[in-house]
Amino acid sequence: MKKLVIGNEAVAWGLYNGGIGLVSSYPGTPSTEITEFLAKHDDIHSEWAPNEKVAMETAFGASLAGMRSACAMKHVGLNVAADPLFTMSYTGITGGMVICVADDPAMHSSQNEQDSRHYAIASKVPMLEPSDSAEAYAFAKSAFALSEQYDTPVILRMCTRIAHSQCVVDIGEREEVPMKDYVKQPSKYIMMPGYAKLRHPVVEERTEKLRELAEDCMYNRTEMAENREIGIITSGCSYLYVKEIFGDSVSVLKIGMPNPLPKKMIRDFAAKVKKLYVIEELDPVIENHVKALGIEVTGKQLFSAIGEFSQKTIRDAFLKEGVQITDVPEAQGEAPQVPGRPPMMCSGCPHRGMYYTLVKNKITVIGDIGCYTLGAVAPLNALDSTLCMGASVSGIHGFNAARGSETEKKTVAVIGDSTFMHSGMTGLVNVAYNATNSTVIILDNSITGMTGHQQNPTTGYNIKGDPAAKVDLEALCKALGINRVRVVDPYDLKACEEAVLEELAAEEPSVIISRRPCVLLKYVKPKTPLQVDADKCRGCRMCMKMGCPSISFKDGKARIDKTLCIGCGVCEQLCKFGAIGGKTE
Amino acid sequence: MKTTSVMIVGVGGQGSLLASRLLGTLLTDEGYDVKVSEVHGMSQRGGSVVTYVRFGEKVYSPIVTEGECDYIISFEKLEAARYAGYLRKGGKIIVNTQEIDPMPVITGAAEYPGDVLETLKTQGFDIDDFDALSPAVEAGSAKAVNIVLMGHFAKCTSIPKDRWIQALNKVIAPKFLEMNLKAFDLGYGA
Repeated sequence: MKKLVIGNEAVAWGLYNGGIGLVSSYPGTPSTEITEFLAKHDDIHSEWAPNEKVAMETAFGASLAGMRSACAMKHVGLNVAADPLFTMSYTGITGGMVICVADDPAMHSSQNEQDSRHYAIASKVPMLEPSDSAEAYAFAKSAFALSEQYDTPVILRMCTRIAHSQCVVDIGEREEVPMKDYVKQPSKYIMMPGYAKLRHPVVEERTEKLRELAEDCMYNRTEMAENREIGIITSGCSYLYVKEIFGDSVSVLKIGMPNPLPKKMIRDFAAKVKKLYVIEELDPVIENHVKALGIEVTGKQLFSAIGEFSQKTIRDAFLKEGVQITDVPEAQGEAPQVPGRPPMMCSGCPHRGMYYTLVKNKITVIGDIGCYTLGAVAPLNALDSTLCMGASVSGIHGFNAARGSETEKKTVAVIGDSTFMHSGMTGLVNVAYNATNSTVIILDNSITGMTGHQQNPTTGYNIKGDPAAKVDLEALCKALGINRVRVVDPYDLKACEEAVLEELAAEEPSVIISRRPCVLLKYVKPKTPLQVDADKCRGCRMCMKMGCPSISFKDGKARIDKTLCIGCGVCEQLCKFGAIGGKTE
Repeated sequence: MKTTSVMIVGVGGQGSLLASRLLGTLLTDEGYDVKVSEVHGMSQRGGSVVTYVRFGEKVYSPIVTEGECDYIISFEKLEAARYAGYLRKGGKIIVNTQEIDPMPVITGAAEYPGDVLETLKTQGFDIDDFDALSPAVEAGSAKAVNIVLMGHFAKCTSIPKDRWIQALNKVIAPKFLEMNLKAFDLGYGA
C-alpha cells in the first residue's frame, strides 16, 4: 500500500509491521502522533502513561516478558525517562525494544532545543535517524531486529520537520513475531553492583560490534559524485537540504545511525574529497567524532548550532564560502513589516478567568508546561517562570521556603491536570511534607490540551476513548497531605477571586482546582455568542484586559466577533456598564 | 521538471492542515513526487501558521524558503503580507480578504494594516484577492473557507476539476462532503 504519510505515521507503521505488541508513551510535540497512529490497531496494547519514565519502564517490562515494545516521547521527555534508559543499556532486552524520541530544533513547541544524540552516546545505546517518512518506516521496522540481535534498546531519533512532513511510503504487511519465552536471568536483569559490574563490559563490547555494523549497514551510505572538490557528511533533514541545493553534484556521506558512528567509512570518504564539511542540526556530534579521528573538517563555524536549517541557510553559508551554486532563488520583493501573530489561549479558554483573577490581584505565578503557558503573553503577562513539567509545584515550595511569609501570601503555582499527573504530584507531597504555606492551582481542563487532546488518568477515558479508572483529584491532593482542597469554576470571576484570596490567606498549604473542560472538546457545546451594546459601551477597554481573541476595539467601542465567541460570559462580568450581553437585539 | 512550491498560510484553527492534505493527496494521485510539511503543537493556538507543499519529478526538501514559492494561498490578509517575501519573481498570491486581528492589534500595541495588499500590488506583486468567507458561509460553514480557497487555486493549475473532486472525496469525511463540494465549486467560480 502506497500512502502519503507524516513521519510519525510512518514510524507507527514501521513499528506495527515490525511486530510490536505494546506501546506506552506520554504525549509531547512533535512525537505524539506515533502513539496515536499505533492506537488505531486493536491487536496491540497501546496506552498513554502518566509520564515518560513510566512509559519507558512499561515498555521495558513488556520486553522483559518477551514482547516487542516501544515508547515515544519528545526530546525533553527523554530527560524524564533517562533513569531507566541508562540501566536498560546494561540489562539489554528480551523482546526487541524501540525508544522513539523527537527533537524540536527551532523550538516550534518546546522549552529548549537539546540534542538527543548526547543521550545515545552517554547511555551507549544505538540510535537511528531517518531523513524522511520512507526512511522513518524502514528504520523503525528494522529497529526491532537490530535490538534483538545486539541485545539493546534502540533509540529512533526524529525531529519536527521529519515527524510532521509527508511523503509517499510503501507500507508492507505486518510481521507476526511470536513472544519470546520468559526465563529468569538474575545476573542480566537485576542491576545491583555485583551483577551490574558484569554487564558493563558487555555494553562496551556491544558498542564495538555496533561500530563494525556502522561501517556497512542499511543506515549509512556514501553517494560519490564525479566532482570530488566538496564532500559533505550529513544526517536527518540536513541531508534533504543538501540534496535540494546540490542534487548529485557533490559527494555525500549520509549518516542514518548517529551512534555509534563509523570510523573507517568516514576516513575513506574524507580521503576521497578535497574539502570536507559536516552539516548537522544542533550540536557538533558528528563533527567532534570526525575531528577526534584527526580529520580536518568545517562544521559549526559555518553551520549554526542554533535552530533548524533550510536549503536557504545552507545555500547562504556555501555562497559566503565562495562555492558556486546555480539556481539561486530570486524573490518578487520584500515582505512589509506587519504586526506579529503569536499563539494565544483560545476564545472561551477556561484558563483565562483564573489568570485574570491572578493578574488583577498582582499574584506571582510559578508556571508549568501546557496551553496555560500562553498566559505569559500580553495582555495578561501572568507568569513569572516556566521551567519544565511539574516545576511549578516543586518551584513554589522552594520559592516560599526561601522567602517565607513575604511570598506565601501572594504567590501561586499553576499546573494542568495532565502535567499534575505527570510530575506535579511528587512536588505536592514535598509541599505538604516539608511544610511551606504554598497555594497550588490545578487548571483542570479535563484533557491534555496543547498536544492535541489526549486522554490522561484524570479524564476517565483511556487512549481508545473507552471508560477507565479516573483519578479523583480532590481525594488525591488530600491523600498527599493537603487539608485545604477546593474546586472553582473559572468562568465565575467572583468565585475565583474568593478562592484565591482565601487560600493565600490560609495558614497552611492549599490546592484550588480550577475546573472547566477545554472549549475545543467535542462534547463542550458553545453557548450563544455575546454582543456589545454600542450605546452602553463607554470604551473603557476593561473587557480587553483579559486578552480574549473575540474582542477587538474599533471606533472607540468594543466589538465581539460572533464567529469566535463561545459565550463563556467572562467579559460580561468585567463590564461595569452592562454593555455586554446575549440579548441586545 | 522543476519543483513547484506552494505555501498555505493563515491563522491557527482556520483549516490549513486539511487544505495541504487535499493538495498532497491530489498531487500524489497525479503521479508527482510530493512533500508536505505541516505545523502541529503550540502555534496551532491562534498563531500564524504555514504549511508547505512541494511537487515535481524528485523533491528533497519539505520546506519552502524566501524567494522560492510559486503560489502563496493565504486564508487571511495580514498573513499574505507576512509571507510575501517567500514569493519567487513571477509567483502569485491568492488571498482571502478576511481580516483577523492578531493579539498586538487587539491590545492596541499595533494597528491592522488594512491597505497592505494594495501596497504590495503597486510593488509588482501578482495578487488575486477575493472574499472567501461569504461563499463558505453560503456553502454552510465559515470553516469551509479553506476549501473555497482551494477551489479558487484549482483554476491556476492544469489539473482537471474532476481530479480535484476525486481528491476531495478521499480526504473529507462523508458527513461534510456535500458542504465542501459546494464550497469548492463556489471558490472555483469566484
